[in-house]
Amino acid sequence: MKVAITSQGPELRSQTDPRFGRAAWVIIIDPATKEFEAVDNSVNVNAFKGAGIQAATLIADKGADVLMTGHCGPNAFNTLNAAGVKVVNGITGTVEETLEKFIAGGAEYASDANVEGHAGQNR
Amino acid sequence: MIISIASGKGGTGKTTVAANLALSLQDSGLVEDFNLLDCDVEEPNLHLFLDPGVVTETEITTFVPVVDQEKCTGCRKCVDICRFAALTFVRDKVLVFPALCHSCGGCQLVCEFGAIGDDSRSLGVVESGVVNGHAIHSGRIRIGEAMSPPLIKAVRRHEKEAELTIIDAPPGTSCPVIAAMRGADFVLLVTEPTPFGLHDLQLAVEAVKVLGIPAGLVINRADLGDSRVQEYAEREGLEILMQIPFERRFAEAYSRGQSIVDVSPEWREKFQRLYVRIAGIVEAKAS
Repeated sequence: MKVAITSQGPELRSQTDPRFGRAAWVIIIDPATKEFEAVDNSVNVNAFKGAGIQAATLIADKGADVLMTGHCGPNAFNTLNAAGVKVVNGITGTVEETLEKFIAGGAEYASDANVEGHAGQNR
Repeated sequence: MIISIASGKGGTGKTTVAANLALSLQDSGLVEDFNLLDCDVEEPNLHLFLDPGVVTETEITTFVPVVDQEKCTGCRKCVDICRFAALTFVRDKVLVFPALCHSCGGCQLVCEFGAIGDDSRSLGVVESGVVNGHAIHSGRIRIGEAMSPPLIKAVRRHEKEAELTIIDAPPGTSCPVIAAMRGADFVLLVTEPTPFGLHDLQLAVEAVKVLGIPAGLVINRADLGDSRVQEYAEREGLEILMQIPFERRFAEAYSRGQSIVDVSPEWREKFQRLYVRIAGIVEAKAS
């Protein structure tokens, strides 16, 4: 199992990043072994549009089962949902603290996006 | 001939000038046949001053991709070519986000397996009617739609239907304005003598230069503010074709949906002269 956590830096003691699509880094961790990979998300930070969709695809490609972030918009949520990635919103503190909470069973999965979309919505 | 009325800054009087020009050309003998296009599709308002009454609506749509998952091999070429992230690939499936699509058709071109079919997204409607025997076509964008240039182009398909077309352009200097100015024979810029009016006029003038279209200036509420707009126009060689004073009766007429020429018939001749001068500039450029 793998958990993806949005982060402001590439380490476990880095502060989490409340943004999803435009988070600086995504830390992909195996909670059992605490082995992790820090994925540089700078391409999506500067994305013209659709940063959430791209970041969601990246996380799905990395094989994450759960995403833990601050805010997740509707397009990103739908992409994660299609990829079978569960979403935990509203995280705070460091990556390590967030992971501990997850291991302790303190994670609540979201059933919907928790923020409004930007321009890429509705037709 | 196509005259596009633009401004840079919003609220300077584009629609006022468009409506007055149309009313003044009515039965003037100067032009047989003209039509009006409201290309300010995010907030069309020309119909408030030239009311066609009954209109027919034509829905305008744009291409968005639909994926045949049976034919899709998962090569991701469509995902890679889309710079707007309108397509992505997760769990062996292409997902489409139609609202992000800019209708370039790149995904269809690169798909070697014919897996990308045609779907559509509504952009809005064109409302067509007749005022005093002249056609008026107004674009009205769908609420929530972000992409207006294709709708503006749909409105402009009517410009070949008359000898003279008067376009009421949107404010600003971005893509929608360019869509409403490109290909016009003349851009009539309307501004006001305020710092914002001057600033945005300068941007609009630069845009018109890039497009290579002859332009002239109408200064509305000309007796307000200072003379910096006049000085700028002189430096730029931008001809001031008309100055409309800030008059209470004009503002009152506007608030009732009336035009300047309705309350002040002597302005009819001034707008006719404005048209004659524009026609002269366009003709001089053509020869």
